[in-house]
Amino acid sequence: MASVIVNFELCGRDVEVLVQPMTTLQSVLRSQLGYTATKEGCRQGGCGSCTVLVDGEPMLSCLLPVEDVAGRRVVTLEGITPIDGLHPIQEAFLESNGFQCGYCTPGMVMVAKALLDHDPRPSREAIAGAISGNLCRCTGYQPIIDAIEKAADRLSGSGEQTGGR
Amino acid sequence: MAKLRGTGIAAVNYPTGMNLGGDPSQALIHATTSGSFVVSLSSSDLGQGLRTVIGQIAAEALGVAADEIIIDTADTDTGPHCMGTFASRATHRVGNAVKAAALEARAALFAVAAEDLGVCADEIVTDGHGNLVVAGDPGRSIPIAEMATKAQFVYGRTIAGRGSYMKPKSPVDPETGAMDPDSTEAHACTVAEVEVDTETGQVAVLSIRSAYEVGRQVNPALVRGQIVGGAFMGMAHALYETTEPYYPSPEHKPKDFSEYVLPGPAELPEIDAVVLEIPSSNGPYGVKGVGEMTANSPIPAIVNAIYHACGVRIDDLPVTPEKILRGLGAR
Repeated sequence: MASVIVNFELCGRDVEVLVQPMTTLQSVLRSQLGYTATKEGCRQGGCGSCTVLVDGEPMLSCLLPVEDVAGRRVVTLEGITPIDGLHPIQEAFLESNGFQCGYCTPGMVMVAKALLDHDPRPSREAIAGAISGNLCRCTGYQPIIDAIEKAADRLSGSGEQTGGR
Repeated sequence: MAKLRGTGIAAVNYPTGMNLGGDPSQALIHATTSGSFVVSLSSSDLGQGLRTVIGQIAAEALGVAADEIIIDTADTDTGPHCMGTFASRATHRVGNAVKAAALEARAALFAVAAEDLGVCADEIVTDGHGNLVVAGDPGRSIPIAEMATKAQFVYGRTIAGRGSYMKPKSPVDPETGAMDPDSTEAHACTVAEVEVDTETGQVAVLSIRSAYEVGRQVNPALVRGQIVGGAFMGMAHALYETTEPYYPSPEHKPKDFSEYVLPGPAELPEIDAVVLEIPSSNGPYGVKGVGEMTANSPIPAIVNAIYHACGVRIDDLPVTPEKILRGLGAR
C-alpha cells in the first residue's frame, strides 16, 4: 500500500510523517520521531505503558493508527516534562517511590495527568479506577496511588494548572 | 450464603544468597580525573534499587558524597564477574565486594595524598565535604577532586580498588546432611485478613500486615518499596496468577495480558509493615537481603486466613473461586 502523509500536533509542535497505513502512533513516536518516553509493553492494549494524551484524553498509542490522530493534539511524557526539573506529578512519583523498574511510569503519569485535569481532587478509589488499565509489576500500586494523591493535593492546593509547555 | 472473614499467619526465614554459598561477586572502583569514583559491576539493577544502595555503600566506605559515585553496570561481557541479581543477594554480596574495593581505592587515595601533604596516610581523614584533611590540623587539606587530578597528572598514579566477596561453598556430608547452608538469614511474619464470599467463592484480601527483620537498612524507602510490592505479588500468586493453567487443557493457557489473570489496583489490600534491624555479622554495615522474601509469607498467610474464614484447606495455588466452592461443597 502507498504511504500516506499525516500531520498532527505533538507536544505543541506541528509534525508531519510519511507512514504506511495502519502504522501505530507508538511506533511513529519512538522510531520516526525519537520520542522514546512512551514505552512499548504488550503492543495489544493490555498493559497501558504506551498511554499518551490525544486531545486531552488518555489513549493506548499501540492500538492507534497514526492516521487517526491527523489534525489532533498529541501529548507524551516529553510534553509535560519541563526543560529544567520535573512536572508536579513526576515530583510526587519520585517522593512517593511510585516506581521501581520505571517501565509503567510514563503511562501512569499520563493517566494521572488526564485524571487530574478532569477531577482535581479524586478519591483513592477514583485514582485506582483511573490506573486500572495500567499494569505495574513492581510497586503493588499503593505508592502510585499515594503519588497521584500527593500530586492532586499539591496541584489543587496551589491552584496551578497541570498544563504542559 | 455469607461473607466470612478470617485471619491467617505465616512466617519466613530467608537465607540471603545462594544456598551453600559459592556465589562470588566482584567490583572494581577507580577515580576519574575530576574526583568522581566509578564503580564497575556486572550486577544488574532490575528496578529494586541496586544502583542506589551500592552507591550509598561505596560513598560511605570511600568517605565521599553519594553524588560523587558513578555506577557502571553497562556490560556483563566486560564488567567484573557477578553471579547475578537473585536470591536477595546483591546488597549483601555485591555490597561486600564494593565495600572492599572502596576501601582499597580509599587507601590508594590516602597514599598519594600523604605524599602530597607530607604526612603519614593514617593522619588523613575525610571531612564529609569532599576534602582530605590532616587530622588535628584543618588548615592542611586538599579537595578530593584536586587530589584525583594531581594523582594522575603530577604523580602518574591510579586511584583504584578491587573487591570480591564469596561465601565459600559448604560441602554437604552425604551421611548426615550436615552443612553450612547460608551466610545470613532475614526473617518475617505476616498476618493476612480475608473475606470469603461463600456464594461466589471469591476471596478478597483486606489487609497484609508484616514484621520484617532485615538487618541494617541501607535505604529504608527502598526496603518499604520491596515489602509493599512483594506483598501484592504474594497476593497475586496466592489468588490469581499461574503459568500452568490446568483448565480445560494447556492449549488454553493465557497468551497475553488480556487472558492472564492479574490483580489490579482495585484489589489492593491495606499493606503495612514494621521493620526491625538486627545487623548481620557478615554483610556490609550489617545488611541482609530483603527482596524475594517479601512475596513469600503473604501466600501461606492468605491461605491460612481462608481456612480460618470458611474451613476450606487449599494446598494448590492459585486459590480460585472454583476451588473454594468445591471445598465448601465437600464439607
